[in-house]
Amino acid sequence: MNTNASPEIRKVFDKLKFSLFSPEMGRKMSAAKIVVPDTYDDDGYPIDGGLVDTRLGVVDPGLRCKTCGGRVKECPGHFGHIELVRPIIHVEFAKHIYYVLKSTCLSCHQILGNKVKSVDELEPEIIEVAPAAVALPSSGASIAPLTGSSEGVDATDVAQKAAIVDKKTKKEKAPKKCDHCGVDVPEIKLLKPTTYFKDKDMMLPTEVRDALAAITDDNLRELGFDPLYSRPEWMIITALPVPPVNVRPSITLETGERSEDDLTHKLVDIIRINQKLEANINAGAPQLIIEDLWELLQYHVTTYFDNETANIPPARHRSGRPLKTLAQRLKGKEGRFRYNLSGKRVNFSARTVISPDPRLRMDEVGVPLPIAEELTIPLQITEWNLEYCKTLVMAEAYPKAIYIIRTDLRRMKVGETAEMRKEQADGLKVGWTLERQIMDGDIALFNRQPSLHRISMMAHEIRVLPGKTFRLNPVVVSPYNADFDGDEMNLHILQTPEAQAEARYLMKVEKQILSPRHGHAIIKPQEDHVSGLYFLTHDETSFAKEQATNLLYSVGITELPDPDVAGKRYSGKLLFSLLLPDDISLKVKSKLGEEIVIKNGKLVKGAIESKAMEGELLEKIFLMHGPEYTRAFIDSSTRLALQSVSIYGLSVSLKDYTLSPKADEKVAEILSKMNREVENLIMQFKSRSLERSPGMSLKETLEGMIMQITSRTREDVGKLVESDLGITNPSIIMAKIGARGSLLNAIQMSALVAQQSVRSKRLTRGYKKRILPYYKPGSLAAAERGFVFASFHTGLNPGEYMFHSMGGREALVNTAIRTARSGYMQRRLINALQDLVVFQDKTVRNADMSIVQFIYGGDAKDPMFASKAELVESTKQDDVDTA
Amino acid sequence: MTEKESKKKSVFESAIPPFEAVGVVCAQSIGEPGTQMTMRTFHFAGVAEHVPTGLPRLIEIVDAKKEPKKPIIDMYLKKAYAKDQDAAEKVARDLSAVFVSDVARVEDDLASLSIDIIFSEKDAKAQGVTFNMVKKALEEFSPDLKIADNVITLKPAKAVKETKTPKKPKAKKEGDAAATVAEPTATKEKKITAKYVRKLSQKVRDAIVKGIDGIFRAVVIKGEGEYFIRAAGFNVTGAILNEAIDPDRVYTNNLKEIERVYGIEAARKAIIKEINDVMDLQKLSVDIRHIMLIADAMTTCGQIKPIGRHGLSGEKVGVLGRAAFEETIKHLINASAFGEEEKLIGVTENIIVGQTVPVGTGKIKLVMKNKKHK
Repeated sequence: MNTNASPEIRKVFDKLKFSLFSPEMGRKMSAAKIVVPDTYDDDGYPIDGGLVDTRLGVVDPGLRCKTCGGRVKECPGHFGHIELVRPIIHVEFAKHIYYVLKSTCLSCHQILGNKVKSVDELEPEIIEVAPAAVALPSSGASIAPLTGSSEGVDATDVAQKAAIVDKKTKKEKAPKKCDHCGVDVPEIKLLKPTTYFKDKDMMLPTEVRDALAAITDDNLRELGFDPLYSRPEWMIITALPVPPVNVRPSITLETGERSEDDLTHKLVDIIRINQKLEANINAGAPQLIIEDLWELLQYHVTTYFDNETANIPPARHRSGRPLKTLAQRLKGKEGRFRYNLSGKRVNFSARTVISPDPRLRMDEVGVPLPIAEELTIPLQITEWNLEYCKTLVMAEAYPKAIYIIRTDLRRMKVGETAEMRKEQADGLKVGWTLERQIMDGDIALFNRQPSLHRISMMAHEIRVLPGKTFRLNPVVVSPYNADFDGDEMNLHILQTPEAQAEARYLMKVEKQILSPRHGHAIIKPQEDHVSGLYFLTHDETSFAKEQATNLLYSVGITELPDPDVAGKRYSGKLLFSLLLPDDISLKVKSKLGEEIVIKNGKLVKGAIESKAMEGELLEKIFLMHGPEYTRAFIDSSTRLALQSVSIYGLSVSLKDYTLSPKADEKVAEILSKMNREVENLIMQFKSRSLERSPGMSLKETLEGMIMQITSRTREDVGKLVESDLGITNPSIIMAKIGARGSLLNAIQMSALVAQQSVRSKRLTRGYKKRILPYYKPGSLAAAERGFVFASFHTGLNPGEYMFHSMGGREALVNTAIRTARSGYMQRRLINALQDLVVFQDKTVRNADMSIVQFIYGGDAKDPMFASKAELVESTKQDDVDTA
Repeated sequence: MTEKESKKKSVFESAIPPFEAVGVVCAQSIGEPGTQMTMRTFHFAGVAEHVPTGLPRLIEIVDAKKEPKKPIIDMYLKKAYAKDQDAAEKVARDLSAVFVSDVARVEDDLASLSIDIIFSEKDAKAQGVTFNMVKKALEEFSPDLKIADNVITLKPAKAVKETKTPKKPKAKKEGDAAATVAEPTATKEKKITAKYVRKLSQKVRDAIVKGIDGIFRAVVIKGEGEYFIRAAGFNVTGAILNEAIDPDRVYTNNLKEIERVYGIEAARKAIIKEINDVMDLQKLSVDIRHIMLIADAMTTCGQIKPIGRHGLSGEKVGVLGRAAFEETIKHLINASAFGEEEKLIGVTENIIVGQTVPVGTGKIKLVMKNKKHK
């Protein structure tokens, strides 16, 4: 249905009221009394008085509902009822019934132990309990550690408090006699699920119902009921509502056989037993048989409501599968609530694989043409765009209109032939609406699951492209946490101007550059962008005129500045500075330890790396110049970076991870030293001369010390590798400037993989006292406890490969467990906090307007912009001076 | 723009916009990094191993568990003791609970139905325990003690005090020890069996000779310009009885204990600190405002309420909202039994009935004056 074609009247729910149906009400709303435990007759026509009686609505095409006359999709369905010959307890209310029975007198039906006391009688109790409740909010048990201390300065005080708590927590004993009529109170027991006992005698549902029915409205109100809407005797069923067939449609298999819904099956059982019970009662069968049948009926009704009731076997389908009855339909992740009611499905959406396209702006999304042809946006026809709309209607190919919606909401498909379209175009009227295909510049929501934070869904501008995948600028993968190894993403086209405006103003990619989690940039140059910027802004980097022109052209700068390097060359710093706003000045220490200085929009000193880029520069530009400017800056600087990284080239080969023979020797030296130290420790351990560390056993001490040695070995080798591979090594460069990888990766590839661990301990599991059968049992040496001497370059031996797999397995298992656990935690967090909103007065309130915080965060600042005020100020103060 | 103007502008622009759904943003800001956290445990030298950090600890905090998996207590000393390492060591020794099994070997002699406690001079000296202290601790069990050299032979008393033994054999849970200390009731003659001796010998092993129950393995740590004591356990009320301990500067990672002893405001601060510590340790940055909001939400009612069906989510006003979270049937049944009203004021509730949600732009209504055309 179109939402903005005409002002339609929409119903707004104000509130919902939950209540119980009285049997009378059940009968009143019933369209049919169901008496036949069957569905269709031999001709395949619904049986009158059967479970698919046409008065309950119709699911077969061609039939008409006898109650409302509607056809399949018009008739909403109507309830029927089954008249149960004997009342049946509703399982889900068994507890409620039990509590009511327990708290009322069975002979005079007054509330037990409830004789109103005078105010004087009440007062001492209140005074006594109140201070204890204030001082000790937690339960009585937590006071116990106090009593353990002997020299109690305030021991008496504590004891007193404990006594009060005891008294408070002690259950008030049920009165033996009714205060009102003096009759002895029997002990009521509930044998789950639905049987009640009075002392030792079983109470039949009839007796229970009579007892409940006799309670006065006033007493019910005191017990918390609202007798107008729910009386306890209504929890005992006499007229069982039968849901309309629409709720339990039968499926026709290919063979022509009908397969009924689980609920229908259950209802058949209920009617059948109900009839049998009735026949037996009428025939004057012995009480025992009647009670047996009664109980059987109770079982069927119970499982009709909940087929997972504790202590009773679930009703099963012929195939042995437990039936899905009412409770099962509502419950859990696949239940009605979480699956259908909280999880809405939408139209105007698309999903496909994503792939990168650095030529797009970061706030664009490349939409494949086949998808663009399918998705539409409503377009109001006005006198100003009438001509344009006509061309859309007449168009033969891609940017065309698909539907015309008249003011009376009738929709017409745009014709197939040119003549038809011409006719339709001529007939267009102002006030009608077109549904046209999406076009470049339209707004769309782009989303990748799991949507863990709000920036998992952002608004992009559409860019229709050939191909079959969604294209996105690699700079926005981080908020989506996407990669291109086959990830798919969803696209949603907004249908109303309000939604589109909201998306543009609130959800656009550039508005999300700073994360609301910590106020730092989340969309920032990454990986190759960082490498490129580093190469570009390196001190030695300079370009000839032609290269410089190409570089600048890639970011749309067409005017060449004056060359600043000897030989009429252009320094990379100069080119980069062209992208910076003039008013920016900063001074940061880079990851490489050198100083990066930007003065008045000119990069004066230092090479840009990840920290400088994201931390200072980007955030500063964002806070000073706003989202659009920053977007343009990121777009052009990443483009420039990619250009320059392709000029320089960044690749690795095996050679890059071959250590010099000298370094290899040194590594071997470090390793043999480590081996000696470990051996030495093991000797000490065996001779028991090892000194025990406090709080640890001797074995633990040894393990701890060995771990220290192995990790120190890795550090030592790390230093060696770093200096041997040198700063020109691509891996080292990437690690140092924060583009990708770490020093550890380089060490493991070129020198040694080092200690493998499970649960942050050396490996121990596997065979008896050893990890693999060809190790000596009980050996504690490094090589036999998970130390990998080889590097990925030289290759691991089978034992080492095993060690590495053991460590790898733990990592995989941990990730699997972690995602499940953190997912549930986040669901709980969201559910608990979702209603919290800041109001205009800066208070944080819950849905019921109760205040959670008086001023949000203590200062009413947006976490995203919390550093803004300081930053703007600091630029004023921090006048950078360059030496 | 003058300086004042620009300042004013930046303050305005950094303000939180009205109706922002800060709750959801907070939940996402704390939940999202959860996927990136490691599950590695932490080690406090000498005090405790495998102290949960990262996701398991975060879950522990939002669950408002009665007791953390590894309770730790930090006790700062009064000025007179704080600078003196030896004095601090002495306090630490006084505080640490020492069990009989720490200073003696306990062997049950089933033939003679008695228990031998073999006192170890060396271990006792290290713990500052004397023979008499052990004897005193043993007298609690039975007055019938025979002493020969280093060996105390304990014969269970004839009149066995019928004790309210907990159903399960006492779990060796630290800090919980005191809670399960059985209280003697009526005296009843009972035959001493081998099984009873076995049980008793375990109890003898776990008997405390010295120190405070609920403070274990205390260690002196050099902090900023002073010494403080860190121990496993969380018995704050026990610790502050020691006159060297500054009662204003005792901290434990057991949030419920902080709530009990220092009150809800302290508990709120402790929640903020604990979550912040978890995030810091994982090198994840989360704005303090988010953490404050979650701590406030958990504590506004005056008690620490867990996040989840037994806490905040279980007490939401909307029936539909609760039903959509967990325990669907229970909430629907209760609502109908008591004729509850769903006022549709929450987010989930409105999603269920298909209306705009009352947060953010959904809270704002726009009225436009419709000018007549032409």
